[in-house]
Amino acid sequence: MKPAPFDYFTPATLDEALALLAEHGADAKPLAGGQSLIPAMNFRLARPAALVDLNRVGELSYIRSERDGRGGGATAIGAMTRQRAVERSELVARAAPLLAEAMPSIAHPQIRNRGTVGGSIAHADPSAELPAVMLALEARFRARSATGERSVPASEFFKGLLETALQPGELLVEIAVPPLLPRSGTAFLELARRHGDYALVGVAAVVTLDARGRCTAARITFLSVGDGPVLATEAGKTLAGQALSEELLRAAADAAATRDVDPPSDIHASAAYRRQLVAVLTRRALARAFERAEGNPS
Amino acid sequence: MRRSEDARLLTGRALFVDDVRLDGMLHVAFLRSQHAHARLTSVDASAARGRPGVVAVYTAADLGDYWRPGPLLVPPPPIAGLVFNPCTQVPLAKDKVRHVGEAVAMVVAESRYLAEDALDDIVVEAEPLPAVVDLEAALAPGTPRVHEHLPSNLAAHAVQRKGDYARAKARAHAIIKRRFRYDRGASAAIENRAVAAHWDQRAEELTVWDTTQAPIPIRNGLAQLLGLLESQVRVVAPYVGGGFGPKIMMFYPEEVLVPWAAMRLGRPVKWTEDRQENFFATTQERGQIHDAELAVAKDGTVLGVKDVFLHDTGAYDPYGLTVPINSQCTLLGPYDIPSYESEFTAVFTNKTIVTPVRGAGRQHGVFVIERLLDFAARELGIDRAEIRRRNLLRPDQFPFNNDILFQDSAPLTYDSGDYEPALDAALKAIDYGRFVREEQPRLRAAGRHVGIGVVCYVEGTGIGPYEGARVTVEPSGRVRLATGVGTQGQGHFTVFAQIVAEVLGVDAGEVHVVTGDTREFHWGTGTFASRGAVVAGSACHAAAVAVRAKVLDLASRELEAAAADLVLDGGRVHVRGDPGGGLALGALALKANPLRGAVRPGTEPGLEATAYFGPDRGSTANGVHAMVVEVDPETAQVEIKRYVVVHDCGRVINPMIVEGQIHGGVAHGIGNAFYEQLVYDEEGQLLNASFMDYLLPTATDVPNVETTHRETPSPLNPVGAKGVGEAGAIPTGALFAQAVEDALADTGVEIREIPLSPNRLFELMQEAR
Repeated sequence: MKPAPFDYFTPATLDEALALLAEHGADAKPLAGGQSLIPAMNFRLARPAALVDLNRVGELSYIRSERDGRGGGATAIGAMTRQRAVERSELVARAAPLLAEAMPSIAHPQIRNRGTVGGSIAHADPSAELPAVMLALEARFRARSATGERSVPASEFFKGLLETALQPGELLVEIAVPPLLPRSGTAFLELARRHGDYALVGVAAVVTLDARGRCTAARITFLSVGDGPVLATEAGKTLAGQALSEELLRAAADAAATRDVDPPSDIHASAAYRRQLVAVLTRRALARAFERAEGNPS
Repeated sequence: MRRSEDARLLTGRALFVDDVRLDGMLHVAFLRSQHAHARLTSVDASAARGRPGVVAVYTAADLGDYWRPGPLLVPPPPIAGLVFNPCTQVPLAKDKVRHVGEAVAMVVAESRYLAEDALDDIVVEAEPLPAVVDLEAALAPGTPRVHEHLPSNLAAHAVQRKGDYARAKARAHAIIKRRFRYDRGASAAIENRAVAAHWDQRAEELTVWDTTQAPIPIRNGLAQLLGLLESQVRVVAPYVGGGFGPKIMMFYPEEVLVPWAAMRLGRPVKWTEDRQENFFATTQERGQIHDAELAVAKDGTVLGVKDVFLHDTGAYDPYGLTVPINSQCTLLGPYDIPSYESEFTAVFTNKTIVTPVRGAGRQHGVFVIERLLDFAARELGIDRAEIRRRNLLRPDQFPFNNDILFQDSAPLTYDSGDYEPALDAALKAIDYGRFVREEQPRLRAAGRHVGIGVVCYVEGTGIGPYEGARVTVEPSGRVRLATGVGTQGQGHFTVFAQIVAEVLGVDAGEVHVVTGDTREFHWGTGTFASRGAVVAGSACHAAAVAVRAKVLDLASRELEAAAADLVLDGGRVHVRGDPGGGLALGALALKANPLRGAVRPGTEPGLEATAYFGPDRGSTANGVHAMVVEVDPETAQVEIKRYVVVHDCGRVINPMIVEGQIHGGVAHGIGNAFYEQLVYDEEGQLLNASFMDYLLPTATDVPNVETTHRETPSPLNPVGAKGVGEAGAIPTGALFAQAVEDALADTGVEIREIPLSPNRLFELMQEAR
């Protein structure tokens, strides 16, 4: 379990990193926390000719509130920010409680100490928590290359199994999480075989209520049920205009399990078991999100 | 008393094989079969040999006369009518590969990286053959054969009987009949295997560092293979990060080839197994399928058991029939079962070799009898604990002969035991009566799915043939103890020191222990079958007793007092009643090895003695485990609420170490019951060969284990000890099944298999609807 030979670069600035990526093109891989790439290289499943190590690019590590002039700005997270920093951030806990709630489910503290937010999102593992959470939160991803910069919404970023909208030479540099609307509540739940394992199924839910407790917006996303994070549009529709009830939760859970997902079978869970978990977790997560929304009038 | 080895282990000062770094050392990677079953038409290593940094590449053809199948390690017991087809593993596959991961070629290079790069250069041409994977299909006519010189995939067939089962069946009130599947997994020691070898041309001595559980047999075997004197080969099993059985599987290909390459190349050579290799190339335990029935009287008295089972032995069977015979024997448990008919068929498959892993087949037997008792209890309307109580052996029945042969070829005879109080202690510890009468009905009424389980088991431990030890008092007063068994974390350094210290009246910290180095001690067999404390411990005791006699003899002359009046205490010998006087042990050691003057005729120098201990047969430990679980029927997740162990391993030498063994065993058992499974597809490919998908329970998945010791000393050894290394792992599967089934009583689920998983539980619940 030793990697095949590769060239190794340690740029100190973003511009240097982008120049190296431009120079080496598709043969190069950016190295962030290395928690997925390095094992893949050790198994020789990945054999990049060059690694561009981003760990000395300090300018990509930050968490800050972006003022947008209307009082509630997005939370901007640099792509190289360690997952542990996000987990411990008071700003994140306040501005993006769904993200804060999901963080401890990402592997183990040792891995979160090293793993980065951008690395996880750009890797786009369908079992990863961050892509599903960002899709639920309608985050925007800032991508840069040696020749320019663009902003991609989460809904257009994840393209399939380990595939994203990023082009060769392009680097994810920042994640912007928009603020929640008033009377919004969120919840994250997942079931894994052991704590820290990739989830058998995970769900992220955001619901927004009107003053009478009726749902005006809902975004429910899943992980580990498809090629990437899955947005449950049918379940969302069943909630529109409805107030919380046991029947409503069951209807949404049923819609999610039967219409929104087409989960795979693998050695840990059959498709049927995953559907069952989608239903159960959807019900439980929505109940929690509704309850939190009601407790969040401002 | 704390473990003396821990400071060294925890601060990184212990030598492991991979720490051996010598000038000019070369590194090895093995090319391993990608096919489970294929005919090898050619292995072309020429390109690999030309790669810079590569020193040598060997295929089977390059080994010449050195290529030969490994030894049959454990000849089967003399069971009447036994069929046994020995087919032992080969150093490198020739003509045919028989499991994924079987070594095909060996690359020796300046670094492990270069060696792995060169694996890509080797061109293997192979014709894939249909893989033999399923146990039942393996015996069907027309199935491809793993070993083509045999008429079928049958590796062994054995029948053992006691009493008259047919008569028991005719008299029975009920016959409880079920099919059971019990699968086990990888041993998953924290340290993988490793071998380093150095041929010293000037001294003409070969030193081999090996993660083996049995350094002395390895030394003897290597000497024979390499044409050296045994004294020219030194095998060191330094600190080893867990053995659990597979590291005893002596003469693995790597173990045979690395020393050979070191001699041939004249440079030190090292191979360290990586985790992926470990899943394919290190032996495992795996599945059995049992068709079993229990003949039972109306009051729950067991009249007899009949069991017919299939055992997966993998691609080769170098370890004989130890695992299926353990299953066969351990099924009888702590119960008085008057008639028994047990028949097994061991089957070759295109999977990694099966040899003992902690428990070594005992789990399978315990699962069958315990589950049969559960189903009988339900059918007869008897409480689960009560049906066990009614069948336990009574203290006056020991020694109890079960009339069949155990793995060590001795009759399966239990030396001593007191089983009913152990059951009572477990029921009390888990508060069984109150739980069943009050708590469970209350929680069930609230919609909670809680269950309780209680199972009993015995463990045959401490088998022969023998171990030895040498005890020496040095002039410093410190005591040196050398024994041949290797150590893999059990606490031998502490326990052996305790045994010797007690006999010699010194502080255990003054006893310096060496294990697993053939230069220090070269008679013995190894660490397996929960025998370290029992057999090697008894040898340490015997050697210490002999040294004590020498000490007393010399001291009685020096102090002019009768030996009976002398006291050994605090590293001194003094006359009773005169604790201030006397002589230090070190001073006596000096006197025992004079540099001038005359000694008495017949005197041996020094205060040193070597002694051996070989029990006639093993001693039988026993225990009862109980647990409370809660199951979420919507998600099929299981939470262990409480786990209680009552254990009797005879005289407890070190309670903390015994508890540690039990905790580790329970963790292994929980892994086996709910997390770990080697998933092979129908092509014989292992689908989860990494710790990402092969799920070991972690600290957060293992509950707090509440332990109670009981002590029924063994009459078979001077220490009174019975083994404890495997106990924790043995009853866990049966316990898990019983408790989970109880929690899900309203679903009608019946659990007849291990391992479970939430996914499998969900399927079973769906089926039960």
